[in-house]
Amino acid sequence: MSTTTTPGVAKSPAAAQTPSVPRRRGIRGRTLNFWLFTGPFLIGLVIFVYIPIGWSAYLSFFEARFTVTPSEFIGFDNYKYMLTNDKFVDSLVTFTVFAAIVVPITWALSLGLALLVHRIRFMKAFFRSVFFLPTAVSFVAASLIWKMSIFSGVRFGLMNTVLSWFGIDNIAWLANPDPPWYWLVIVTVRLWLQAGFYMILFLAALQNIPNELYEAAAIDGAKPGWQTFRYVTLPQLRATSTAVILLLLVAAYQAFDEFFNLLAKTTWGRPPLVELYYTALGENQDYGAGSAGAMILTLLICMVTLLQGRIMGFGRGEESK
Amino acid sequence: MSAFSNTNWDRRSVLRAAMGLAAAGGLAACGSNNGRGGGSGSGTNLVQYFHAYGEAGTEQAIKKYAAAYDKARVTTQWITGSNFESKLFSALLTDNAPDVFEFHPQIQLVKSGQVADLSDIINPVKDDFNQADIASHTIDGKIWGVRMIDDPQFFYYRKSMLEDAGIEPPATLDELVEAAAKLTTDKVKGVFLGNSVTPVMNPLIWSAGADTLDDKNQIAYHTDAVAEGLAKLRTMFKSGHMLLDAPADWWDPSALTQGLVAMQWCGMWAMPVIQKALGDDVGIIPFPSSADGAKPAVTNGGWSMFVNAKSKHLDEAKEYVKWLWIDQKEYQEDWSLSYGFHIPPRTSLAESADKLKSGLAAEGVKLFNEFGHFDNPAWTQAMIVALEGVIADSVRKGGNPEAALDKADKTVNRELKKLFG
Repeated sequence: MSTTTTPGVAKSPAAAQTPSVPRRRGIRGRTLNFWLFTGPFLIGLVIFVYIPIGWSAYLSFFEARFTVTPSEFIGFDNYKYMLTNDKFVDSLVTFTVFAAIVVPITWALSLGLALLVHRIRFMKAFFRSVFFLPTAVSFVAASLIWKMSIFSGVRFGLMNTVLSWFGIDNIAWLANPDPPWYWLVIVTVRLWLQAGFYMILFLAALQNIPNELYEAAAIDGAKPGWQTFRYVTLPQLRATSTAVILLLLVAAYQAFDEFFNLLAKTTWGRPPLVELYYTALGENQDYGAGSAGAMILTLLICMVTLLQGRIMGFGRGEESK
Repeated sequence: MSAFSNTNWDRRSVLRAAMGLAAAGGLAACGSNNGRGGGSGSGTNLVQYFHAYGEAGTEQAIKKYAAAYDKARVTTQWITGSNFESKLFSALLTDNAPDVFEFHPQIQLVKSGQVADLSDIINPVKDDFNQADIASHTIDGKIWGVRMIDDPQFFYYRKSMLEDAGIEPPATLDELVEAAAKLTTDKVKGVFLGNSVTPVMNPLIWSAGADTLDDKNQIAYHTDAVAEGLAKLRTMFKSGHMLLDAPADWWDPSALTQGLVAMQWCGMWAMPVIQKALGDDVGIIPFPSSADGAKPAVTNGGWSMFVNAKSKHLDEAKEYVKWLWIDQKEYQEDWSLSYGFHIPPRTSLAESADKLKSGLAAEGVKLFNEFGHFDNPAWTQAMIVALEGVIADSVRKGGNPEAALDKADKTVNRELKKLFG
């Protein structure tokens, strides 16, 4: 797209190129190409996304235990059960708490890391890789390390060893929900895994801020440090910040692995996906109720996403800048 | 991009290469580890599911037995992780379901038509089985699974540690609470009841003179004594006398053998490892009585073999189960006694099991016979999970035990209504 120098050309780049490329195929050829390229993706989408959603909607109106081809129609009973089920409602609260903690912290930490790495004068590539590396670790593996070695409840667990130097008793980080130390375990594991990835996004954005802006700000009398950051850097990162927050929210919604692996046999700390897993796929095998829950969740996500688009103006293009 | 289009790497050849790779990958995936791997044409392929036993040599043993069977090729899926139930239950709904699997007798498997009737292979040898095991596998007059092993669960304790603390092995729940307090030092915790404390839920119910369900399949666990017992477990939990968040959970004897605790709830399977590590410095007791006049309790767990009723090789699967778990007595004995200790459900084998006739193992068998409670097939996984919620809410979170039991009642009644109307 480096050729689009004026807005007039940008509107019809294809037209601009037409004279140089002889037209070999007609409309039919193009249609064929369209399906050839989008076909495999569309087939995957239909098979792995739309059919399951449809099937889920179908199941949600049936008494479907230990089967996914049910026969007993029960209307809205599953929906009634899920909406009056404390566990499901609690799981939505758990998610809200989780998102409220993890989104701002990850945002701030990854921005902080990006600023540090951006500023650094030596071994930049090394630090960039070091912080990015955890992104490659799986959630399950990281959860196990967190659970069995760092936050293990026995006296030789890493955290308990450190605390014992200060004469503090062993803490059962995960088993005891009071005080809720398990949030510390869950949030830190996600932070460690994710911060590096978002740091890279911020780093890219930081490198795109033209130096002239800083020069102009300095001439206008802005002090280096906080003032420059607040009035030049931060506004310039707006688009990236919005994208990062959106991605973080989506990731938080999808949170499953660390909750599932760190918290066993609890009645707390279950975000919606974990709760639905236990309802539909776990021991209960209640596909009807699970599907009803999934439908309610889908509806909620749609509403939140629309609302978010309204408020943050993501995807509104030029105006949002 | 423009630089690229001028080279010999034209789009079509790249695309063709990519599609070729994708197709090869797809073919490779078909032949990969789907549990039915490359049959060489001779006979039937059967798949069996086992949860991962902790004792060394168990996986090799199961595979060795399977390899010795000549009428079908039997592939073993050794399922690691703590959620064997979930994996099994989900797999049973698919075409990749195992033909043969191990589990506990639960009525919903029968009601939903997931397990096959095995009466015809068991009936001829019915009298040679522990009758309690036959009873727990009989639903509607048919026998649905072959018991492989019986696993009593009880407390192991370090004799030396109790002596040092000047206490006797506890005989009541109050004494257990007291003992846990006295045994706790800055290096050692008093008791280990599992990271989630849930393994002692059933023993607590039984030792309080109650039961999970009564004869009419109605709730029998919700009594004042059980609620009081939960409050006493809470006392131990809150005062920091329980070992929690241990890297190895209750079914593994590490916590006891590494000196992290003085008393641990575990199973007879761990006895050889414990004795090897601690020698004579170990004793066993049942879950102590938690209400006046109530008997102490032991959980008689264990594993049974079932045949998937929807298996495409139903008869062959039944034939295999009969061959291994009914006819092959030397394998059954090997499985019960050579790795961990399990009590053979076959009376004839139990009688000839010399390893279980002396010392601590004999005491274990005595606890099994005297205080043991067998599986109730009407007590299903969803109900088990409901009571795990009771432990979570009352013991770990410190909520009112009555309220927690009320909450479980709702779930259990919903299940009972679905199962028995």
